[in-house]
Amino acid sequence: MKQYLLSIYQPDGPPPADLDLTAIMRDVHALRDDMKSAGAWVFSGGLHPASTATVVQVKDGESLITDGPFTEGKEHLGGFTIVKAADLDAALEWARKLATVLTPLSIEVRPFHDESTH
Amino acid sequence: MSQESNVSTADTERVFREEYGRAVAVLVRRFGDIDVAEEAVQDAFATAVQRWTSDGLPPSPAGWIITTARNRIIDRLRREASRDDRHAQATWMRGRDELDEEEIVSDERLRLIFTCCHPALALTSQVALTLRLLGGLTTEEIARAFLVPEATMAQRLGRAKGKIRDARIPYRVPQAADLPARLRAVLAVVYLVFNEGYTASSGERLVREDLCAEAIRLGRQLRELMPDEPEVMGLLALMLLIESRRTARVSVGGDLVLLVHQDRSRWNRALIREGQALVRRCLARREPGPYQLQAAINAVHSDAATAVETDWSQILTLYNQLLAIAPSPIVALNRAVAVAEVDGPLTALGLVDDLDLDRYYLFHAIRADLLQRLGRMTEAAGAFDVAISRAENAAERAFLRSRRSGIDVAN
Repeated sequence: MKQYLLSIYQPDGPPPADLDLTAIMRDVHALRDDMKSAGAWVFSGGLHPASTATVVQVKDGESLITDGPFTEGKEHLGGFTIVKAADLDAALEWARKLATVLTPLSIEVRPFHDESTH
Repeated sequence: MSQESNVSTADTERVFREEYGRAVAVLVRRFGDIDVAEEAVQDAFATAVQRWTSDGLPPSPAGWIITTARNRIIDRLRREASRDDRHAQATWMRGRDELDEEEIVSDERLRLIFTCCHPALALTSQVALTLRLLGGLTTEEIARAFLVPEATMAQRLGRAKGKIRDARIPYRVPQAADLPARLRAVLAVVYLVFNEGYTASSGERLVREDLCAEAIRLGRQLRELMPDEPEVMGLLALMLLIESRRTARVSVGGDLVLLVHQDRSRWNRALIREGQALVRRCLARREPGPYQLQAAINAVHSDAATAVETDWSQILTLYNQLLAIAPSPIVALNRAVAVAEVDGPLTALGLVDDLDLDRYYLFHAIRADLLQRLGRMTEAAGAFDVAISRAENAAERAFLRSRRSGIDVAN
């Protein structure tokens, strides 16, 4: 089994007023339960907005701390799920389900190095 | 007793082109790594060039190549495994059991095609990988065909192979539910190769025959691997019928010759017969699809001994069907050409003017032609000017310029 990072990208700022967050969270939790019962779920979490991020960099032994996020842009990582899957097709299928629940957000799928698969 | 051999380097090259994809596919399936498989198959062919020239062709050249390449990989893995490389050891264990007869004759190319044309890969990568792994083209040949530097193409291929390995894109024929969409991607790649050959999107020459031939070869492979898919048959028929007119489409001076002005005696009858036979088999299946319908339209053109004998009403019926199952502005534009023949240029112009295809040179070229037929010369000249500025192929630009200057003379 291989592990994949499913990153959820979302626009900065408050969610649209007409969004039923309760219903969305219920669907997200239901999908997490599906992943768990399929033995695919490894970890997942939602993040506070990118405006709460802090970036640390060390240069010549000195640490430099800046008010984040690291990348400029209108969209940032809003949360992520790590799944175990036999191959990319299986991982993409979980991503499709997540993207369905979170429409219209985009989900990026990236494989972990095999060393991290234990 | 020494025997005189008649095996030339050209013979080995022919076997290479025919068997490269099959050999790579079998070894990828067994060892799970494209680079390992490719390197071993190339090494095996290098040995074959020397061996076969003196000993003659073996009874099964493909089997010889696969076995030789397989042994090379196992030897290499064994050496690496002794250096305590756990990864290599694991791979070696997988490859250690004997390669049986069945594995040599089994065709793993179909899995490999679906890997090469996986939607997680960019279209340009899909095309390059398919030509490389299934077509056996060298990186240099692919780079030349698509007019990019060899280093760029090598990087593109390397990145795509890396993604297949690291993201674990499977070697698998998709399940029934996913098959139609995935098959469409495969057919699109093959047709893109053909079109790139037929009307090079840039460059000086109108046609790059090598790409057309390669696309048809891939089309034949697909037909062999998926004999029951009507759209596979349709795509092959479509390519054969278009290819049958290739020599007639370019004048001695290298200029573009429109269908209506082509010398039909120069059409390739054998290709037409083969294409039309496939179209008839498609029709009998009664599962029409975009490629089958386009093939059928081309078959109607092939039926006409002269341009005036073309059965335009049948062509229009087919375009109506095509527009219903695969609606697109391009199909609507081509349908308008048939409408012009059946209902006249004014009706056709009305349809064309409704289309949002301003960036497409053919839209302007067809508008210009319709306006010219309606005697609206100033507007026609203007439309030709726009078409010339949008066309990327030199032969097409030259053709449009001659049409444009024809109008100036008339004025």
